[in-house]
Parts: sequence; C-alpha cells; structure tokens
Amino acid sequence: MAVTTAKKQKIPRVANTTRMTRMERRNFWIGLAFISPWLVGFLLWMLFPLVSSMYYSFTRYDLLRPPAFIGLANFNEIFAHDPTFGTVASNTLYYVLIGGPLSVVAAFLLANLLNLKIKGRSVFRAIFFFPAIVPAVVIAMIWSYLLNTQYGLINGAIEALGMPAIRFLSQPSLAKPSLIMINMWASGTAMVIFLATLQDVPREYYEAATVDGANAWSKFWNITIPMSSPIILYNLVMAFIWGFQDFTLPQLLTGGGPNQATLFYSLYLYLNAFVYLRMGKAAALAWILFAIIVIFTLITFRLSGRWVYYGGGDD
Amino acid sequence: MNPFQYTEPQAQRKVPAMQRFLSFLKYAILLALGASYLLPFYWMVSSALKNENQVFVVPPVLAPFPPRWMNFVESWTSLPFNTFLFNTLIKYALPVTLGTLFSSALVAYGFGRVKWRGRNIFFAICLSTMMVPFQVTMVPLFVIFRQLHWINTYLPLVVPAFFGNPYFIFLLRQFFRSIPQELSDAARIDGSSELGILFRIILPLARPALTVTALFTFMGAWNDYLGPLIYLQKPAQYTLAVGIDFLRQAMTTKTTHTALSYPYLMAVSAVVTLPIVVLFFFAQRTFIEGITLTGLKG
Repeated sequence: MAVTTAKKQKIPRVANTTRMTRMERRNFWIGLAFISPWLVGFLLWMLFPLVSSMYYSFTRYDLLRPPAFIGLANFNEIFAHDPTFGTVASNTLYYVLIGGPLSVVAAFLLANLLNLKIKGRSVFRAIFFFPAIVPAVVIAMIWSYLLNTQYGLINGAIEALGMPAIRFLSQPSLAKPSLIMINMWASGTAMVIFLATLQDVPREYYEAATVDGANAWSKFWNITIPMSSPIILYNLVMAFIWGFQDFTLPQLLTGGGPNQATLFYSLYLYLNAFVYLRMGKAAALAWILFAIIVIFTLITFRLSGRWVYYGGGDD
Repeated sequence: MNPFQYTEPQAQRKVPAMQRFLSFLKYAILLALGASYLLPFYWMVSSALKNENQVFVVPPVLAPFPPRWMNFVESWTSLPFNTFLFNTLIKYALPVTLGTLFSSALVAYGFGRVKWRGRNIFFAICLSTMMVPFQVTMVPLFVIFRQLHWINTYLPLVVPAFFGNPYFIFLLRQFFRSIPQELSDAARIDGSSELGILFRIILPLARPALTVTALFTFMGAWNDYLGPLIYLQKPAQYTLAVGIDFLRQAMTTKTTHTALSYPYLMAVSAVVTLPIVVLFFFAQRTFIEGITLTGLKG
C-alpha cells in the first residue's frame, strides 16, 4: 500500500512539474541570454551612472581632485545663490511653454493643409518634412547666415524696402522668438505624425456632418481636432521634453547670448560640466531637470483629460 | 412651377466661382509656404557658388553667374574635411548602425518572441530608461570614459550602441510580435535553435523595421553634434558636424572674416546635406513610415 501510494505520488510529480520547470527554466535562460546585451548595457551605462550622478550631485568635483562630499550645497547654491539660474529657468520656460505649443500648432496646420484635396501632396509633404532631417548644424549655419544683420538675405530684403535692419539673433528681445520660429519651420516630424492621424479619421464623420449642413470650420473644430487630440497631446509632450533638452540649435546660433537671452537649461548644464568643470553642480542641475520634466509631463497628462478625446472609450 | 424660383443656373455658377477661389487660395498658401521652406536651401546652394563680389551686394544675388565652383574645393580642403568625412562614416555612423541593429534585434527577440518569467519586468525597466534625460547620465559617463582613457577616441560614442537602444528595441519588438507564432513553432519542431529562428525567419520578415532602425541610427550619428563635442577634443578626430562649426569659428570671427567666409561655409554645409537629400530621395517612404511607427507607438 505504502509503496503504491508513494509511486502514485512520485510519478506524476516527475512527469509534470519537473518537465514544466525544465522547459520554463530553459526559456528563462534563453530569454535572459537574448536580452543580456541590453541588461549589461543598462547596468553599465544607465544604472551605475544614475547612482554616481546622484552621488556627484552632493559633491564638489572638478575631475582633477576626487569628489568631496558637501551635502546639499549644490542645490542650495542653485536655488538660493545663483543669479544665473533664475535667468536660465525663465529662458527655458519661455522657450518650452511658448515654443513647444507653437511648433505643434504649426505642424498641425501644415498637416491639415496637406490633407486637403491637392495635387502634388507627396511633393509638398517632402518639402515641409525635409528640414526635420537636415543636420541641426547645417540648419544653424543656414539660418545664422539668412538672419545675419549685415550680410543676411532677410535683412537685405528688409533694407531694400527702405526699413532698418532687424537684429534677429543679436537683440535680446528677438533671439528667443527667432529660435522658436526656426523650430516651427523644422517641425516636420510632428507634421508627418499628424498627417497619418488625419488620414485615419473615418470619412463617414465628415460626410455625416456635411449632410447635417456643417461648414468647414465647424467640421475642423468638432471632428478634426477631437479626433486628433490624443496625437496633439503626444506631440505636445514630446515638444516639451525635447524643448527642455534642446542644445544644438541655441548653442550654434546664439551660444546662449545675446546677454544670456538664450542661455537655456541644457546650455547652462553643459557650461557647468565641461567649461567650468563643476561636475557636482552639473549633476545636481541634471537631476533638477529630470524632476522638472517628470512634473511637467504629469501636469500635461492631468490637464489633458479636459480636452483629449479617446475614440476607444475608457477601457 | 414658379418662374421666379428658378435660380439654379445662377447658384451653380456661384458655387464653382467660390470653389475656384478657395482652390486658388489653397494653392497660393501652399506655394508660398513651399517657397519659404525651399528658399533657405536654395540660398545655401546659391551662396556656395558666389565669388567675392557677389557676397555683399544689395539687393542680394540670387543666381550667381558665373558660378564659382572652386568654393567647394577650397572650403573642403581648408580643413581636413576628408578626414572628418572618414571619421563620421567609418568610425562613427557605420559601427553605431551595425551595433544598434545587431544588439537591438537580439534584445527585441528576447522581449518579443521568447516567453519567460520576468520578461515583463525587464521590459518595463527597458522602456522606462527612455524617459531619463541624457543630461542625467552625461556627467558620470564622461567620468567613466575618462577613467577608461576613452576620451579623444570614438569608443564612448560607439561602444554603448552595441548594448541595444531602447527606442529601437521597442520598435523591433512590436514588429517581431506581429509575425505569426506558427512560423517559429514549425521551425522549432524542425529542430531550429532560437538564434536560427531569429536570423532565418524573423529578421528577413522584419526588414521594414530593420530599415527604419538602420536609417534613423545612421542619421542620428551623421547629424550628432553634442556627442562628438563632448568626447572629441582634437581636430583630427572631428566629425563633419563639429568640423562645420570649427570652420565657422575659423572663418567668421572679426579678424579672420573674408569675403568668401560665407560661401565656404555654405559650400561645406551643402556637401554635408547632399547625402541626406539622396537618402531622402530613395527612402522617403521609410522615413515617413518610420516616424509614424515610432511616433504613434512610442
């Protein structure tokens, strides 16, 4: 009796559980092996740097001497004793809060224009998209020449009309708007995303609206915008995230000037790290930036409930 | 039939006139905008062909004649741009593209086609790293690469690419998952290994997603400015992007500015843009698809 029950219990256990476990274990190691490049990279180039960046933010570190622990002194300096940080913060908020939505609006209007019945749509789409893939360095070179006060084409035209030249990039009040305008001009990526969205809006909605006597404006307001609102939100969040980190264009076009008018967050961070060699302060600035981006994204999503329409319902 | 109500011909004539005006307006706006998008590039090319006398003329010369083709040669050789080109292509863009493709495909297979315990947790971690701004790891990475004596080499720019890029891991995983599972099962029954399935079945079917990955990675390296700026401090190591800025600094300060400074700068810019134009011409659909794929699902 005892022997048979033992046998009865033992055989299924061997047959079922260990074979499943062996299979599972095999798959576990196979899966882990496949993702191992990322896992090792994550530990080396992400987790370890994150931890040491956190540590550096509490130190004074100039690369020459080992980091010296100074507690919250970097954060205290940034928030309480750094007159430049206030300028940098307001510059960056201006750039992000005004420039971000403007470039999304520009991209959305361009996409709607291209979504009309037009000949040569693919040609126009290519033209409007192209600046988005040209190297930022080249964009900067072209526009710094176009907007140049003495030799630029645009000021040449303005002077030919008998008006005084405009110092687009060298007058503090105009430098940020000029950069924002160039970003609107180069917002082709968002435009392409919008165009794909617009082409997905069911044609029946517009046909039904036409039957009901709706005009073009009311169709745009009541169908196009609600149907694209999730993608408007997506592009807006991306514009915010990207705006906080933009470096190349302001660095090359204005270098933070004139008179610190375009000294944006990432430029200031770069200066602290690689010009002033204040690695500890730069690390602290980076963590503050991270926190700002997270808070900003959360607020944008929180506010989005009021205007974003999800066609699939609340599932 | 009241004859006074018969107004159809008039109405018919009125609507097409309105439509014709709207259609005219539509194309007028499109053409004006199109011109404003093309003009900067036209200005780049035409300025690249100007001689000393055509640069400072008001009103500006739009079509320089005769074109000064020597600007291209002189600007390209005024700094070692051949070296910059070699650096950008062979030392940077090519290894980064190959490394990203190979590693991201492997990792995406592990996340998308192998069922294993813990997969979702690791994948969530992988996705969440996309939210970390690069500035946060910029300082410690510089310290690490400095201790490895990798500064002034391409290793800091190239080596991390061989550990997978979360953005493309995600793109490829989504694509891999859309491939029917039966194909893998059939290969497994035939005794194929997981690597064999990846290389013989999945990758050939995932060519569109791989093309997007390769194209975007290559473009990213070709256009990158900040990476080379941080890690490469010797002019002999510069990439084209940093080289252009170097040329500008060398030519447009008050003391060094010459009449040909801007033509030279525009000539080099045009040369660096040309491969992008060619790529865009042949792979426009891949660009558009790639952006809608990564954009909508990212």
